[in-house]
Amino acid sequence: MITIKNLTFGYSKQKMLFNDLDLGLQEGHIYGLLGKNGTGKTTLLKIITGLCFPQGGEVSTMDYPAPLRQAGMLENLFFLTEEIFIPHLKIKDYVKANAPFYKHFNHEQFNEYLSLFDMDNQNDYLTKMSLGQKKKVMICFALACNTPVLIMDEPTNGLDIPSKSTFRKILAMAADEGKTIVISTHQVRDLHSLIDAVIILEQGKILLNADIDTIARQLLFKVNEDNNIDEADILYKEESLKGDVVVAINKEHQESKVDIELLFNAVMNHPQKINEIFHA
Amino acid sequence: MNFSEEKPIYLQIADWLCEQILLGRIKPEERVLSLRELASKLEVNPATVLRAYDMLQEMNIITCKRGMGYFATNEAMERITGLRRQRFIDEELPKLFHTMKLLHIDIGTLVGLYQNNSSEL
Repeated sequence: MITIKNLTFGYSKQKMLFNDLDLGLQEGHIYGLLGKNGTGKTTLLKIITGLCFPQGGEVSTMDYPAPLRQAGMLENLFFLTEEIFIPHLKIKDYVKANAPFYKHFNHEQFNEYLSLFDMDNQNDYLTKMSLGQKKKVMICFALACNTPVLIMDEPTNGLDIPSKSTFRKILAMAADEGKTIVISTHQVRDLHSLIDAVIILEQGKILLNADIDTIARQLLFKVNEDNNIDEADILYKEESLKGDVVVAINKEHQESKVDIELLFNAVMNHPQKINEIFHA
Repeated sequence: MNFSEEKPIYLQIADWLCEQILLGRIKPEERVLSLRELASKLEVNPATVLRAYDMLQEMNIITCKRGMGYFATNEAMERITGLRRQRFIDEELPKLFHTMKLLHIDIGTLVGLYQNNSSEL
């Protein structure tokens, strides 16, 4: 669905952000794009969506070269940015003006999503809403577009506690085998049971791009109660009341639940070993 | 639902559904929630629910009727009870025995406690 080859990009020549970066994303997954602040997550999303131009290499989204911004790509793609542009319009007028760009936009879904967020009055002006409310409208719009590629940058920022749960519910409704959903987030706990593939970006490189099943096969996440895990196999550990919580090489092929925060720390700790494990 | 255990989420979902059947909330031959409905209810990826359903289908606890969705089988209750018994014997009993040994509780004490408890029930 999305292919990046030998991407080079930097906002200044002295400081390149990406150097020879490769990445491939397939449909049927909800990708979590993770990385520390300033590693270029948003820039990478802008390049995929044709908002920033690569200085070298190739980027194609649904077989369209992204920098050309062809209509065929744009009508099949929705990018929900972190900072949203809000025109002075009522919800219903915003939809009237923007929905025609997306051929699979579904009004029933949009209304249903809005009412799940308790926002039923489409005569309200977007500009008179709180940040969280604006964000909810944009999330509903983004999901109702039913584009094969959906990209969201920090979608849960600004949402209150019940709204985060609603967001997960509607995302679970909207996800299907035909869609490629990419979510950049620092709030991993908000989305950990929905993300089924993880991309970790660090210093201009992709340190990990793997689905959760593969991760669960290769790595073991558990409380090391009896201290029976070989120290050499431990990639990361953290103290807890029950004992050390560890991420280790899964030699015994045990099934455990992937904890994305622990995974992130393990990858930061041992990028080399992770690379060997996943590319062996 | 809080997925806090170390077990993979799909196994926890399978356990939850089995529990619903054991509690009689889902009756034999009754429809269970669709993938999308359950994914949305539990706020998980639909693919994870599919994995749980595939496993339960293999165990003959639920069955997929084309175009109609998933249903609990006639023998679901029996199958689950059988599997759960095995799990109790394989996993929970050894833990209990271990604790008994650690705390010097003999089987006689346990039998006494068991009889008291069952007479109350």
